[in-house]
Amino acid sequence: MNQQSDNAFNSWLPFYTLLRKEIRRFLRVASQTLVTPVITASLYLFIFGATLGERISVLEGFSYAQFVIPGLILMGIINNSFSNVASSLFMSRYLGSIVDLLVTPVTPTQFIMAYTLAAMLRGLAVGLVVWLISCLFATLPWAHPFAAITMACLASFLFAQFGIIAAIHADNFDSLSMYTNFIILPLIYLGGVFYPISILPPLWAKLSHLNPLFYLIDGFRYAILGVGDLSFVVSFCTVIAMALGLFAWAAILIARSYRLRN
Amino acid sequence: MTTPALAIHNLSKEFDGAIAVNDISFTIEPGEIFGLLGPNGAGKSTTINMIGGVSRIGSGSIEIFGADNQKDYRTTRRMVGVMHQEIVIDNFFTIDQALRLHAGYYGVRDDEAWRLQLIDRLGLKPHLHKVMIKLSGGMKRRFMIAKALIHKPRLLILDEPTAGVDVELRHTLWDFVREINQQGTTILLTTHYLEEAEQMCERLAIMNHGKVIALESTETLLQELGTRTIIVHLQEPITKAPDNLCCQATELDESGTTLQLTLSTSQPTGDLLQRLCEIGLSIADIETRSAGLEEIFLQMTKAGRVDA
Repeated sequence: MNQQSDNAFNSWLPFYTLLRKEIRRFLRVASQTLVTPVITASLYLFIFGATLGERISVLEGFSYAQFVIPGLILMGIINNSFSNVASSLFMSRYLGSIVDLLVTPVTPTQFIMAYTLAAMLRGLAVGLVVWLISCLFATLPWAHPFAAITMACLASFLFAQFGIIAAIHADNFDSLSMYTNFIILPLIYLGGVFYPISILPPLWAKLSHLNPLFYLIDGFRYAILGVGDLSFVVSFCTVIAMALGLFAWAAILIARSYRLRN
Repeated sequence: MTTPALAIHNLSKEFDGAIAVNDISFTIEPGEIFGLLGPNGAGKSTTINMIGGVSRIGSGSIEIFGADNQKDYRTTRRMVGVMHQEIVIDNFFTIDQALRLHAGYYGVRDDEAWRLQLIDRLGLKPHLHKVMIKLSGGMKRRFMIAKALIHKPRLLILDEPTAGVDVELRHTLWDFVREINQQGTTILLTTHYLEEAEQMCERLAIMNHGKVIALESTETLLQELGTRTIIVHLQEPITKAPDNLCCQATELDESGTTLQLTLSTSQPTGDLLQRLCEIGLSIADIETRSAGLEEIFLQMTKAGRVDA
């Protein structure tokens, strides 16, 4: 065996490899990771686009399908970005296979970047397919396409960080699912996916401003439809602040190997 | 002076107030096969986890080929391959895919010739495209050895590599370990099979309660701490075991015809036989038994010796 020389070491290869492994992982179980979320989103589109959508109007100048589609795209992005990293990292911890990474020269930065990018890729892929399917039900104006892409990327980035945090703090599968069932789902449903906040009674409208997902959903809708409850700058800045905050939290956990190394 | 392959200085580790590793120090020279022995809970795996980077260091330091494994962890981890005691696998991938990925984690490009050699030598070829979950326990262990070697480490750590594996795999494994050692890889191994440690290792450290209680070459350990038992069958029964035989222990059986005498390995048997003749005992037969590493190990760990 000719032992490796220093020249053979490629500093960023550990990152590319971890990223490739994470992408392969979700592609290998594509029926769970890509097909199921798309089917779920398609059912929502069918219900709100083809059936109820005809009878409801919440935003002047737009059909209900046009109103609800940006929220459904974002819902797909959020759920899938979160669950990709949360399930992969938690399973590695739970089954002990995380030691395969802990003994390697993967740096904390590479670790976060690889898990985040793979999660973003899955989330954005689901979002893209949901949008393509939504074209069967309504045409979106894409008022500010770059802003829309930026918000979609920020949403997937933000929930990838949240997935890392959840995977590290969760003790078992129950506690991991609590993040989805008791935090993400209520925040999405109450964040204005299905209705504009402006139609709520004043108290509920005010309370909705405390929901961080309201800014994400409203900003994304504004970028697509050109109208929103808030100014885009407010939504964008709030989302950036949230993304940076969660990134800092996740980065501290990984840099300290919190609950990864004993 | 050559840089040690591994140098551990005053290493300690606590878990929730319980001391797992207590101020241990030892070095391993390049090219050595070094055995780390001890009963369950002695601190062997904790030590190995700290060397490999799975556990944080409590206090002290670890140097691998002169590089500090905390400050310069990217360098040291590339030089170390670890086969963990627990079977650690990712069920999503086949053996072939997992080996390629593992080389990448270490920052080295896939060396096809080396990968195929590992696959061939460890008998993994028929199972190459099976996902891990479909492999038998023995195959998983073989894969874990290949995984630990895929990046061509200079120091290979084997934590209980033969635990629960069949005789065939044990032979295959040890032959392979000797082969890669001859090619220059330093080996640190832990095993519960002391006979294997006796045969494989040039030097041994015995750990108990987190401390190193013996650190010697295998030969010295067997010589200095090993014992021989001489069983003397007498033609005529005697009523009392003779005094002044200069043995570590003297025992007479109930029939009065069998004397069991325990000597250190350095005590000559001839002197004892001469003494027995001098006191007029007529000897019918003599048997000799040597105590191996297993007895030494039990003796030391039971006594809880801490003077090393």
